Amino acid sequence: MTAAAISTGSGRTYLTLRARLMIAPAVGLLLAISILPLTATLWFSVIDYRLLTPGSSRFVGLANYGRLFTDAAFLPALLNSIILVVLVLAISILGGLALALLIEGAKVGRGALRLLVISPFFVMPPVSALLWKNLLMQPVAGFFAWIAAIFGMAPLDWFARIPLVSISIIVAWQWLPFACLILLTSLQSFDREQREAAQLDGASAFAIFRHLVLPHLARPIAIVVMMETIFLLSLFAEIFVTTGGGPASSNLAFLVYSEAMLRYDVGAASAAGVVAVLFANLLAFFLVRAVGRSLDV
Amino acid sequence: MRSAWIILSAVALSACSSKDSDRTTLTVATVNNGDMVRLREISNEFEKSHPTIRLKWVVLEENVLRQRVTTDIAIRGGQYDVVTIGPYEVPVWARQKWLASLDDMDPSYKVDDLLAPVRAAVSYDGHQYAAPFNGEGTITMYRTDLFRKAGLTMPEKPSWSFLLQAAAKLHHPQEGVYGLCLRGKAGWGENMAVILTMAHSYGGRLFDEQWHPQFDKPEWQKTIATYVDGLRKWGPPGAVGNGFNENLAMFAQGKCAIWFDSTVAAPFLSDPKTSKVASDTGFAAAPDEGLGRSANWLWTWALAVPASSHKTAAAKEFIRWAAGPDYAQLVARRYGWLAVPPGTRKSLYDNPAYRRAAPFAAITLKAINAADPASPSVRPVPYVGVQYAAIPEFQGIGTEVGQQFAAAVAGQVSPADALAEAQAATGRQMTAAGYHK
Repeated sequence: MTAAAISTGSGRTYLTLRARLMIAPAVGLLLAISILPLTATLWFSVIDYRLLTPGSSRFVGLANYGRLFTDAAFLPALLNSIILVVLVLAISILGGLALALLIEGAKVGRGALRLLVISPFFVMPPVSALLWKNLLMQPVAGFFAWIAAIFGMAPLDWFARIPLVSISIIVAWQWLPFACLILLTSLQSFDREQREAAQLDGASAFAIFRHLVLPHLARPIAIVVMMETIFLLSLFAEIFVTTGGGPASSNLAFLVYSEAMLRYDVGAASAAGVVAVLFANLLAFFLVRAVGRSLDV
Repeated sequence: MRSAWIILSAVALSACSSKDSDRTTLTVATVNNGDMVRLREISNEFEKSHPTIRLKWVVLEENVLRQRVTTDIAIRGGQYDVVTIGPYEVPVWARQKWLASLDDMDPSYKVDDLLAPVRAAVSYDGHQYAAPFNGEGTITMYRTDLFRKAGLTMPEKPSWSFLLQAAAKLHHPQEGVYGLCLRGKAGWGENMAVILTMAHSYGGRLFDEQWHPQFDKPEWQKTIATYVDGLRKWGPPGAVGNGFNENLAMFAQGKCAIWFDSTVAAPFLSDPKTSKVASDTGFAAAPDEGLGRSANWLWTWALAVPASSHKTAAAKEFIRWAAGPDYAQLVARRYGWLAVPPGTRKSLYDNPAYRRAAPFAAITLKAINAADPASPSVRPVPYVGVQYAAIPEFQGIGTEVGQQFAAAVAGQVSPADALAEAQAATGRQMTAAGYHK
C-alpha cells in the first residue's frame, strides 16, 4: 500500500491514479447499489406519484413532506421508533450481559450453553413473531394465559394493552443472543491478572465489575448499540405479524410500507423513506456518541 | 458478408418465433385459498387437453397477491397473463383500461349461467372484465346445542339486537364459550369489512353524494357502539387479534356461540374432520335491523386478463376452462362435491348431487342473492360495494380507520374518539386525493 498511498505532512492520505483506477469498480458498484436508489427516492419524494391515478407525476415540491409532517400518524410513528429501539436495546444488553456473566462463570458445558443461547438468532422474524403471538401471548389459549390461570389471575391481552412492550419482548428475545455473544467474547479476553490483583487489594465483586469489567466492555457495548440500532429502526415483520400497525405500534418503516403498499402513494412513501433515513443517521450518531462517552473513561 | 449476417439473424429469429407460436406459457397469479390450490393441482388436465399452453403458477397470500398484481399492472410490468382479483379491483382497474374485456368469451363459457349479483360485481359499464371462480356472501353461524340449552330459537333472519341479547345469555367465559365472535383485527379486509357492512345495515353510509365521510352521523355511532360493546362484553379476550382465520379456528374448537362472517366458513364448520362442533352448527341469514338493507356482502375471486398481456387468446381459453360450467364436474370427480368452488353458477345450485352433499348450499345461494353492492345503503351513495368502496383510496382509508376501531375494542380510545378520528382521517385522505376542491 505504501506505493499507492502517499502520506503528506498534514497527515492526510492521497491515492495515486493507479490506486484510484483499481478501486473504481468497487466505488462504481457502491454508487450503483446505494446512490442510484437514493436519488430515485429523492426524486419520487418531490413528485405527485400515485400508482392508481395514472398520469400523476407532476412536480409538487415539498408537498409530500408537508403532508407527512401534518399526518396524525407521523409523530406517534417517530416516537414508537425511538421507544422500540430503546426498549429492545435495554432488554437485550442488560439480559445479554447477565447471561454472558453467567456463562462465563460456568465450569462445564460452556460450548453447549453458547450454542443454546445463540439459537433464537436463527429463527426468522415472522416465525418468532407468530410463535410468540399464537403460542405464548395469545390471551385464550396461550402459555402465559395458562400460567396466569394457574395463579387465578386474569390473562393479559398483550397486543391490545401493551403492544409496544410486547413487540419489544419478541424482538429482544431475538437480539439477546447477539448481545450476549459479543459481550461474552469480550469478557473472555478480560485480563485475569488484573482481576486477581484487584481481589488481593480487597475490591468487592461489584467494584471489580463496575470499575474494571464494565469499562472493558465499553467498546463491544457501543458496537452492539450501533448494530442493533441500524436493524431495529427498520423493524417491520414483528409489527406486521402481531398488531398489523396502528397508532399504538407503527414505526417509521411501517408508515413507509402503508403509504407504498396500501395507499399506493409512491410520492408520500418516498418522502417518509427519506425522513426515516435522516432520522436513522441522527439517532445512530447520538446514541453511539452517548454510549461511547459514558463508558469510555 | 453483411447479407450473410442478415440471413443468419433472420433464420435465428424465425426459429425463435416458430418455437413461441407452438407453445405459449401463461403466468397465472392467484390467491392461496383451498379452491385455488385445487385449481392448480387439477390444471394438469388443462395442459393435457391443450398441449400448446403451459401454465406457470404464482400462488400468494391475499394481501401479497394484491400488492404484487396492483404494482405490476399499474406500471404495466406485464409479468402476469391471468390475475386473480375481486369486485374491489374490477371497477377501478376497468376505468383505467388495465383489463381486457371478457365479453367475447366462447359460448361454452355460458355467461348467462352466472348468478346475477356476482356477474354484476365483476362488470363495469355493462362489460364483463373478470370471470368469477368462487363467490361468497355473509351468514350468521351459531351453536344449535347452546341455543337449545338456553331455550333460544334462532329466527331465520335475526336482527343485531337479537344476536346481542342471545350472546349475553350464551357468554360463559369460565367454560370457555364466548357469546359473540366478530372480526376484530385491524385491516380494510378484516374488521372494516364487518363494520362497514354492519353500518350499511344500520342505515349508514361511508360517503354522501359529495364524497364527504359520514362517521359523524348517528347511524355510525349506533354501529360502533353495538360493535365495540358487543365484542368487549360478550367477545373473547384478544378479539382485536382475530381475523377470519382466527375466528374460524375458535368456532371450530367450540369457543364461539355466535359468529357473523363469510359463507366460506360453512364447509369447514360442517365437516367433522375440521370442526369439533360439526353436528351442532346452525346457519341463519345475515343480520337485518329492518332498516332497508341487511348485512349481506358479496365477494368473488375472479380471473382476469391484464390489458398488457400479449397472450390474450390463450389466457381466455384457460379462463373458459377454469371458470366455465364443466369445471365443477372435474373437481367433483377428483375431490367430491364439497370441494367444488361455490357461489358463482346457477347450475351448481340446481344440481341435486351438490345440494345433497352441501347442507349450506341453499343458505349460501340466498346470501349471495341478497347482496346488492351497487346500492349498499338506503341513502344514495357515490360508490359501489358493501364491505368496501371501490375507489383506489379505500385501502388506505380502511386501514387507518380500521386501526381506530380496533383501538376502541382494545379500550385504548373511546368509540366517540375513534369515530372523530376516523372522520378526520378520512376527510384528510379524500382531500389529499383531490375529491374536495
